[in-house]
Amino acid sequence: MLEVKGITQIFGGVTALEDVSFSIAKGHITGVIGPNGAGKTTLFNIVTGIYSQTCGTVSLDGRDISGLPPEKLASLGMVRTFQNIELFGQMTVRENVMVGLHSKSSCGLISCAFKAPWATSEERRIREEAMKWIDFVGITDLADATASNLPFGKGRLLEIARALALEPGIILMDEPAAGLNSQETLGLADLIRRIRDMGITVVLVEHDMELVMDICDRIVVLNLGKKLAEGTPRQIQENPEVIAAYLGGDE
Amino acid sequence: MQRERIKFLIFAVLVFSAPLLFNGGYLMNVFVFVGIHTMLAIALNLLLGYAGQISLGHAGFFGLGAYASGILTATFGWNPWLAMPVSALAVAALAYLIGFPILKLKGHYLAMATLGMGIIIYIVFNETIDYTGGPSGLSGIPNMSLGGVSFDSDIKNYYLIWTCTLLTVLLSLNLADSRIGRALRAVHDSEVAARVMGVNARLLKVQIFALSAVICSLAGSLYAHTMTFLAPSSFGFNFSVELLTMVVIGGLGSIYGSFLGAALLTLLPEFLRAAHDYDIVIYGGLLMVMTIFMPGGLVRGIPALVRALTSGKRGGGNA
Repeated sequence: MLEVKGITQIFGGVTALEDVSFSIAKGHITGVIGPNGAGKTTLFNIVTGIYSQTCGTVSLDGRDISGLPPEKLASLGMVRTFQNIELFGQMTVRENVMVGLHSKSSCGLISCAFKAPWATSEERRIREEAMKWIDFVGITDLADATASNLPFGKGRLLEIARALALEPGIILMDEPAAGLNSQETLGLADLIRRIRDMGITVVLVEHDMELVMDICDRIVVLNLGKKLAEGTPRQIQENPEVIAAYLGGDE
Repeated sequence: MQRERIKFLIFAVLVFSAPLLFNGGYLMNVFVFVGIHTMLAIALNLLLGYAGQISLGHAGFFGLGAYASGILTATFGWNPWLAMPVSALAVAALAYLIGFPILKLKGHYLAMATLGMGIIIYIVFNETIDYTGGPSGLSGIPNMSLGGVSFDSDIKNYYLIWTCTLLTVLLSLNLADSRIGRALRAVHDSEVAARVMGVNARLLKVQIFALSAVICSLAGSLYAHTMTFLAPSSFGFNFSVELLTMVVIGGLGSIYGSFLGAALLTLLPEFLRAAHDYDIVIYGGLLMVMTIFMPGGLVRGIPALVRALTSGKRGGGNA
């Protein structure tokens, strides 16, 4: 479904990524792991249109999406979450998720200002659908809370609910377990499985090895900007190169 | 939703019955300006308070509307009701053209660019003497009229302008409470996340910039036909800053706040006249005190003050 081919990214004189290629199968949970500085987040930013790569291509369902801006990717069904959650802090939980439905609604400036009948009915639909996703991640009781007042773990759930509201085909999560306690991480693992079971492809960059090994169907390992290995969690755990990279052993 | 409607109705009733209190007279004229300033403050607030994009050149759009309407009617004999929308459309087109390159900038750079824009427009008013009359002004602008009734008195202008102002308030409230309003606030809080959610931030910012300019232009046309005389000094940098002050003092991101800010900053100089030479000192002092003690603006500061006072009384009673 998502294919990354020959991605190279050079920042000034630093090569952050060098000729990285892999493909991600539809309906799977794929983990992208690697030691700090391996280029995971850079790769994510390229795939989701935040950066544009020095060379290489990214394609989604066979369509070249390299260099497309994030808002365009959203309409093609690709969405992401951020390592340091990016909520709309001044807005309520419900409003945050309602923004997630932006690309699934269409009323313009004029019809909104005049509260045209179709704008009002669309608004009602947005409101109801948003509630559905808030229920799905289990923060129903916080629907009217201001987003900036949420504890970090709940903020993370809100960010996921907001992303799901787009009804994406693929969701990319940048370190979803970062900053969560072990209880919350268990809940997250369960949530990610439920997302996959809805038929949404999940890609995550993650440091929490236990979580990755537990939920991922496939894993891609990056090290120093290059792809080191790719396979099932078991294959990765037994791969001597991966073990060396993580433990800093000899080649 | 229901509460919002009732709030607006109460506001409208207050506005329409207010002239009974003034009994004609001088305050009436001041309140005509409160109406125009409210429109302008709301326009700037949509851009600054909602979308989070600053403009230090909004007096320019106000002036463009005023001069376009003034020149079309006084020099070319157009009907004001035609001149007003034509001016607004022209200003919208100009704002679109300026908006695309300028709104790529952020923060201080956007402030500088809009400042430059405002100053250029001001210079044009001063220098195109053949059309605008330059520093000595443009006179002979007709009043608006409707069905044979000319809006040539303070009371008539009051109702004309406040009808437009109330319409601006209503449409802005609707817009703020819609997917567009949410998208604007989303861009304000986190542009990158808004884009990931499918909001075309770049286009949206330009659209709201143009809408804001259109409201300023309409307010400018109303101003021209009320005053019947225009001079460039009304549309300079000082006035852009005054508008910004209205929005901030009133409360960013609040439509009623813009009314409060506009009302306060329009009425205060009138009341301070009694203080003669010290008026400007008191004015500046009051603004400083308000920004320090009411950082959320009047619209949030006044309820908080009332709460503090009433709970303080209760506390005192208990002790």
